Amino acid sequence: MKQEYTVTVYTENQVGLLNRIAIIFSRRKINIESLNTSPSEIESVHRFTIVINETEEVVRKLCRQIEKQVEVLKAYYNTNEEIVWQELALYKVPTDVIAEKVKVERLLRQFGARAVLIRKDYTVFETSGHREETEGLIKALEPYGLIEFVRSARVAIIKTSNGFHEKLKEFEQGEPGEEVVENEFLNKQEEVFSM
Amino acid sequence: MEILEIIEERISVPAKKTVSITGSEAVLEAMIAEGVKTIFGYPGGAIMPIYDALYDYQDKLEHILVRHEQGAIHAAQGFARTSGKVGVVFATSGPGATNLVTGLADAQIDSTPLVCITGQVFAHLLGTDAFQETDVINITTPVTKWNYQVTDATEIPAALAKAFYIAKSGRPGPVLIDITKNAQVQKFDYEGYTKCKKVRSYRPKPIVRKEYIAQAAKLINEAERPFVIFGQGVILGEAENELKAFIEKGGLPAAWTILGLSALETGHPLNVGMLGMHGNYGPNVLTNECDVLIAVGMRFDDRVTGRLDKYAKQAKVIHLDIDPAEIDKNVKALAPVWGDCKETLPLLTELIEKKEHTAWLQRFHEATVKENEIVIYDELHPSKQEMSMGEVIDALNEFTKGDAVIVTDVGQHQMVACRYAKFTQSKSNVTSGGLGTMGFALPAAIGAKYGAPERTVVAIIGDGGFQMTLQELGTIMQFGADVKIIILNNRFLGMVRQWQELFNSRRYSFVDIQSPDFVMIAKAYGIAGKSISDRKDLRSTLKEMLEHEGSYLLEVMVGKENNVFPMVPQGCGVGEIRLK
Repeated sequence: MKQEYTVTVYTENQVGLLNRIAIIFSRRKINIESLNTSPSEIESVHRFTIVINETEEVVRKLCRQIEKQVEVLKAYYNTNEEIVWQELALYKVPTDVIAEKVKVERLLRQFGARAVLIRKDYTVFETSGHREETEGLIKALEPYGLIEFVRSARVAIIKTSNGFHEKLKEFEQGEPGEEVVENEFLNKQEEVFSM
Repeated sequence: MEILEIIEERISVPAKKTVSITGSEAVLEAMIAEGVKTIFGYPGGAIMPIYDALYDYQDKLEHILVRHEQGAIHAAQGFARTSGKVGVVFATSGPGATNLVTGLADAQIDSTPLVCITGQVFAHLLGTDAFQETDVINITTPVTKWNYQVTDATEIPAALAKAFYIAKSGRPGPVLIDITKNAQVQKFDYEGYTKCKKVRSYRPKPIVRKEYIAQAAKLINEAERPFVIFGQGVILGEAENELKAFIEKGGLPAAWTILGLSALETGHPLNVGMLGMHGNYGPNVLTNECDVLIAVGMRFDDRVTGRLDKYAKQAKVIHLDIDPAEIDKNVKALAPVWGDCKETLPLLTELIEKKEHTAWLQRFHEATVKENEIVIYDELHPSKQEMSMGEVIDALNEFTKGDAVIVTDVGQHQMVACRYAKFTQSKSNVTSGGLGTMGFALPAAIGAKYGAPERTVVAIIGDGGFQMTLQELGTIMQFGADVKIIILNNRFLGMVRQWQELFNSRRYSFVDIQSPDFVMIAKAYGIAGKSISDRKDLRSTLKEMLEHEGSYLLEVMVGKENNVFPMVPQGCGVGEIRLK
């Protein structure tokens, strides 16, 4: 059964790696619903968060293909139940409308929106949440002249994860064939072969 | 005062020995440090500084100037396959680099270790659509194990060390290093070359898990009809002896994939033949009757399995592979034995009981008898006036005694050669398996000869494939690689024609291919040759070819509409293999 999976990938920070990972999906004609990449809690290790709609079997195989890439440290996949996730959204609304309409102010409060920038002509609000929540505020603001809207990719925390180091050890025990020494060099940058 | 102290301190610490060299020299120093002796390449604008440096390294590095970059990479593949070493290619930017793509894809799917160096335009011109600029890194990303663009000479030693390490370790594959021209000419302080031994994010092989070895051994010990299928992993892992010890102790019949061919001598009593679409009857049919299927270093390609939902459904599967992504990819394994088969096979051998599965092995022999009656006898001893491909290979066996390296192209002749050629030693079968690249054989045979100079190299090629890369005769002419070329000419693109006959009601759509006078072409390149169409000339001409000093081209006119059987038609299970 196809469902939403969040793939978390820990990688080296290397030019071209995004392409290497992206083509693993596009080669199989799988659409990436959302993709975020940024530095992780470990220096020099980057974290990708990728959302796709697929069956578990496909996602498992994809993760193995991702892990096979030289600069990938680890790839995990999780269902929505196993993660906490958020998307950030920004809304640009005419300032006079907000100032005049009490309803709008109430709406913003209701959605937990925060003003990021207030100008005479427009105000930018920020909110975060699941897709339905950020989507809900667009619908609510539309009648009041929403000028522009943008939403970020999903960022997700794996509920059971104790950070990358811990998860790695756990994974090593739980799955066959994981090299236990794998994590040995993780925080010893100087011992690592790098260019 | 302070300044003086600092100066003194500097003097007292011995300075690290550095020499100033160019990026290009660093590339060649890396080659020497990695033990490279032969490079296949073709110069061009963006790689000129490296070629200029090469001018002074000619006594240390042998450079084979090919006639097309595709020829260079196929030659490097042939070299890697017979030598077990990393094949090295030089090519220029733009078209030079894009001409490598077919070979990269071939090497990627057949796990061949290569390091390709491509020149690139000056770093400041990247992205400006400069002359002969292409985005080589992105073009080659899906067909390389790893690739990297160097824009600064100081990166070259480490980048190349990493390239050689990644290409050869774990499941081997092609690596491409793209070096901008400015980095090639740039001088820098060179501190020597250090081989790469570890890349933290890269695990060449998974750790061996004893519990799966034990589980696999238990399955084998309890099995009544165990069946081993092995692939190129055995050759790449240099585990030929380990495989033999394993099957001999367990009394296990063993069949091979096309790339596994020659890992176990073809005459071994437990070698039951070839798997797959045009493989032998027994190994295919009995895949669906064995109770334990032991896959060693193979990846269950669709040409081996046929329809997956009709493949070995009754069997408990043990899968030994170095690449975790291969486990459960196509066929679910009950016992996933991750690891290098050089390590896992002996562990498994130790735990299995000494057995002989005589009755089970007899089933394979019975199948061979049946296949002999319906297919093989006729192929090797045709009653027709026209020669068959099989009888040419059979006659060749008489002379080579199975000691030659056989390089094949793609198509009917490839299947026939792999089915009937005899092998006594490993690394002797060079063919394009996964990608099925026509035009592979001639350049690959040139490379194969450099990889195993003391051995006889025979390239067996179809009339179609030969015309794809025949310009490499020029490489033979210039550098004298002693390659024996047999063109099996059936005046058709035979394999496609066979399919059109069987599945498209003989609608022969563009398979009727005309050929030039191949012997004349060989002659133009100064290569001896002969064309024969009469059976009585076969053995004498083969002898002449093999005894000839230097290259020789032998064209054998064979039956126009012969088919390769047995055959598992596409979309059928291995049990539905057709004998005619």
